[in-house]
Amino acid sequence: MGERRNDRQSDTLKKVFGRLGRYRIFVVFTILLSVVTVALTLYIPKLTGKAVDFIVSAGHVDFAGVMKVLVQIGACILITSFAQWLMNICNNKMTYQIVRDIRNDAFKKIEILPLKYIDGHPYGEVVSRVIADVDQFADGLLMGFTQLFTGVATIAGTFCFMLSVNVKITFVVVLITPVSFLVAGFIAKRTYTMFKLQSETRGEQTGLIEEMIGSQKIVQAFGQTEKVMERFDEVNKRLQDCSLKAVFFSSITNPATRFVNSLVYTGVGVTGALGVINGSLSVGQLTSFLSYANQYTKPFNEISGVVTELQNAIACAKRIFDLIEEEPQIPEPERAVKLTDVKGNIRLSDVSFSYTPERKLIEHFNLDVKPGQRIAIVGPTGCGKTTLINLLMRFYDVTGGSIEVEGTDIREMTRHSLRAGYGMVLQETWLKAGTVRDNIVMGKPDATQDQIIAAAKASHAHSFIKRLPKGYDTWITEDGGNLSQGQKQLLCITRLMLVRPPMLILDEATSSIDTRTEIRIQKAFAQLMEGRTSFIVAHRLSTIREADVILVMKDGKIIEQGSHEELLEQGGFYQNLYQSQFAGA
Amino acid sequence: MKALLIYLRNYKKETVLAPLFKLLEASFELLVPLVMAAVIDNGIANGDKPYVIRMCLIMVALGVIGLVCSITAQYFSAKAATGFATELRKALFSHIQNLSFSKMDTIGTSTLITRMTSDVNQVQSGVNLVLRLFLRSPFIVVGAMVMAFTVDVKGALVFVVAIPLLSVVVFGIMLVTMPLYKKVQADLDAVLLATRENLTGARVIRAFNKEKSEIQNFEKNNQALTDAQKYVGKLSGLMNPLTYIIVNGALIVLIYVGAVRVDTGIITQGEVVALINYMSQILVELVKLANLIITVTKAIACGNRIQSVFEEKAGIPEGDLDGSGLLKETAENDDEPFIEFDHVFMRYEGAGADSLSDISFCVKRGQTIGIIGGTGSGKSSVVNLIPRFYDVSAGQLRIGGKDVKEYKLSELRKNIGVVPQRAVLFKGTVADNLRWGREEASEEELWEAAETAQAKEFIEGKPEGLGFKISQDGKNLSGGQRQRLTIARALVRRPQILILDDSASALDFATDAKLRAAIRRMKGSPAVFIVSQRASSIMYADQILVLDDGEMAGLGTHEELLENCGIYQEIYYSQFAKDAKTSGKEAR
Repeated sequence: MGERRNDRQSDTLKKVFGRLGRYRIFVVFTILLSVVTVALTLYIPKLTGKAVDFIVSAGHVDFAGVMKVLVQIGACILITSFAQWLMNICNNKMTYQIVRDIRNDAFKKIEILPLKYIDGHPYGEVVSRVIADVDQFADGLLMGFTQLFTGVATIAGTFCFMLSVNVKITFVVVLITPVSFLVAGFIAKRTYTMFKLQSETRGEQTGLIEEMIGSQKIVQAFGQTEKVMERFDEVNKRLQDCSLKAVFFSSITNPATRFVNSLVYTGVGVTGALGVINGSLSVGQLTSFLSYANQYTKPFNEISGVVTELQNAIACAKRIFDLIEEEPQIPEPERAVKLTDVKGNIRLSDVSFSYTPERKLIEHFNLDVKPGQRIAIVGPTGCGKTTLINLLMRFYDVTGGSIEVEGTDIREMTRHSLRAGYGMVLQETWLKAGTVRDNIVMGKPDATQDQIIAAAKASHAHSFIKRLPKGYDTWITEDGGNLSQGQKQLLCITRLMLVRPPMLILDEATSSIDTRTEIRIQKAFAQLMEGRTSFIVAHRLSTIREADVILVMKDGKIIEQGSHEELLEQGGFYQNLYQSQFAGA
Repeated sequence: MKALLIYLRNYKKETVLAPLFKLLEASFELLVPLVMAAVIDNGIANGDKPYVIRMCLIMVALGVIGLVCSITAQYFSAKAATGFATELRKALFSHIQNLSFSKMDTIGTSTLITRMTSDVNQVQSGVNLVLRLFLRSPFIVVGAMVMAFTVDVKGALVFVVAIPLLSVVVFGIMLVTMPLYKKVQADLDAVLLATRENLTGARVIRAFNKEKSEIQNFEKNNQALTDAQKYVGKLSGLMNPLTYIIVNGALIVLIYVGAVRVDTGIITQGEVVALINYMSQILVELVKLANLIITVTKAIACGNRIQSVFEEKAGIPEGDLDGSGLLKETAENDDEPFIEFDHVFMRYEGAGADSLSDISFCVKRGQTIGIIGGTGSGKSSVVNLIPRFYDVSAGQLRIGGKDVKEYKLSELRKNIGVVPQRAVLFKGTVADNLRWGREEASEEELWEAAETAQAKEFIEGKPEGLGFKISQDGKNLSGGQRQRLTIARALVRRPQILILDDSASALDFATDAKLRAAIRRMKGSPAVFIVSQRASSIMYADQILVLDDGEMAGLGTHEELLENCGIYQEIYYSQFAKDAKTSGKEAR
């Protein structure tokens, strides 16, 4: 099991390197520059030591020597800082461009994912992959890599420099440092479990907060404030406990490793000082050793941190790549037909469909729709009327049989041309953040102002749009938050009015518009439906009585099919439904 | 932000001790370079090996004491910070729970959730960091400088120049980049919005074939984000090289000055090394300080946002009348008006016009009132006044002969069953959800309510029955099922007043009709308010209130209104008789 996980981790790493490949030059530059930076940074303590050795005591200062070293230090500083600056720029460019590429890829994938995926995953989860996971990935993996690299380079470099100065003290340092490693590793392990527990508890609390504040009016109406508070307190208490532990353990890392560092420092101090007394070392060399000792241990601490971060980043990267590599909707055949000149002939032959294999919904369903016919879909709550729409628009593919438009299987034609043939108003209205105009012209981006107003008048939306603060330029917040449900639906209808497509799908389009407006809309619809094939889903039996064919659905299945009169005569489920409208009390 | 600090009150000890121990640790840290200098100047110069070893033992001891101090400090500060956050969250949650409906409307749910979660977390880490570092870092910077002065005044002058210079660079870059980071955040929000929109609107976007233009739009936003990030990165990328130059430049000067001073015999070689050590300590602390300031400014901003929520006044004034007067058993006369709207006006906070004007009508016990009218005509506003979700702005609303404001809020609401427009359920079993209505309701009573609400059949269809687990937002139920459960929940209360606020919209006609029939047969005969857009849902009500743009357009029975109310006629005929007139053939 563990090995398999490693395999997957290395798979993800391979993909990350694949993405780095596009910015190869930057990678090479970053590595080169960091080698330069590390080498020079390490060289400076050595020079400082040299300078100290020229400053022995009163009257014994070699100014010429000191000056020479100082000039060398100055040169090193300039080169190092310049290299650092370049490295930062390269790294930035590389990181953010990779992030951009990944986000673009992820978004493009979202546009071609099968609806099944989108319906089956919480939106928040997908969004967090595109936003938070990518950010984490950028922080952890890319920044982490450079840190890891410079860290390792620093350790190796320091090691070499120390060896070049004095072998014995080098060993003292090498012997003590693993302690630091152990301590940091020990703490990191504990911290990790604490943090995991903390983020789980935090997630639980956030869920509770979202649920309760989101529906606070209900909580208050039912006087449940105290009970909710109790539940909150309980989680809050648990969160306090585990975050205290998490915060405390993680904050120990610093002092603990600092302590080990001071041990190293002292160790170098003792052996170094004794070495100086024995004459095997100069005071200047001791000084440089002391700063090496500091530098040598630091990357160890960083690296242990980086490793956890890297693991986290790889986990994030995996989630993103999973999304990017998610199987897209079935691609169109190479010679997909472009549906043109739609009259409205639709034939469903032997159609079967189910969302999950265990629960068959539609089986061996046949329907022949002639141009201009109206098909009403009727049934009690939750009977699965939207399923049929999913199939017609090819949001989902049939599992058996075929759907043909103008004699061509819809799987043989481009999705674009098929969908352009339909006009749809869904039960759940959807508006994008943008102006009223942006939302209306979705189907016809080049519409003129006159055309827009004409469409809005036809759908009776013009009068309310006119009264909005900025008319057609009023900004609509995400999902039409600042409009009433009725107004949102009016806008969705206006969209259709502008395009007037040859086939219509109206999904309870008018269910939350007040009845007075509804009369007018229905008049407009009648005009729109004139000569167009239309599918209408509605609760109002009165509005579908005039349909040519009525499909009665129950529990996701089509149980009756025929005209109003025929169905009434049958005396089946439809008749029951019809009577109940006037059943009253 | 300051006002929030009272939530530290239970952690006074920790709040004081944490920085103190931190200071102790820092003091020990400052001594180390001095000891080292002593080793070089005394131990090495005199070749005194025991002295060297003694001094090194002192350094180890200093390290141990430092470790103990700092772990103690970390513990105290972690305890204070997490405790603070816990109390803050609790206070905030309880405050939000008591916000009035109109306040909730103005602030917005998502804002409140962010305040409760990420803002509190930011403040917590802010507090934690402040306790640990706010004293320590400046102390080390100043302390190292003071120590440098004790070593050598002239040499220390280098610090006097270098430190302010460093501070200017570090804080200057921070000041410039901080607003830019805000822009990056805004750009990221745009990318987030585009992503979410394309998930929620996948069907519409595909139906209109907008995939390409959406991709273009996203790439544009994404590029803007990348550009902003790169720009900020470029600026903050200057930080490292610049500080590097300053620190090491100071080092060069320091060595030179040191050389001169040693040459004239004023200081020793070891003291030069000590000065160099202090310099590097200062650099480390300044970088920490810069990070600290970023975190603290963020935390303060979050703290202020939280504070502004606290400043929203919670709750509404309530009376102390208990609800016994509302109960049918104690009511003396059924013919007396039970609920009276007396010239009621209502205006939402911040709205320019009244949402209800001059509404007057009476309802008796056991009566059913239908409320009908167009979108935005004020139907929901009328029923929202009864449980005091909102208050009248003029006129009076009396229940059981007393102004609603005289009742204790909880007593009033206990007797009212509300079924809201949006069917909201909570995570938990069906039984849990139904018992929101009345905690002590027996299983039998739950089934009874479910039967009346037409929910019995589908609950029975679940293998777990009443124990069926509802996921958050009731996602595993259909719209109609959710609505039926919310109705059952209100019925479990055995309310004296039942309010159905357009609550049957997701039900088909058959279910709707059965529901209304069942409610009529209910025991205890509550007064029932039915808000609807369908004439069929309300036509059998004892009284029908017709609203138009917040005003009463008619009041009476179905027959009376058909006679004399133009708006009611229009609504009714649009749904019923019109069909008879315009037959299917005619329309085509």
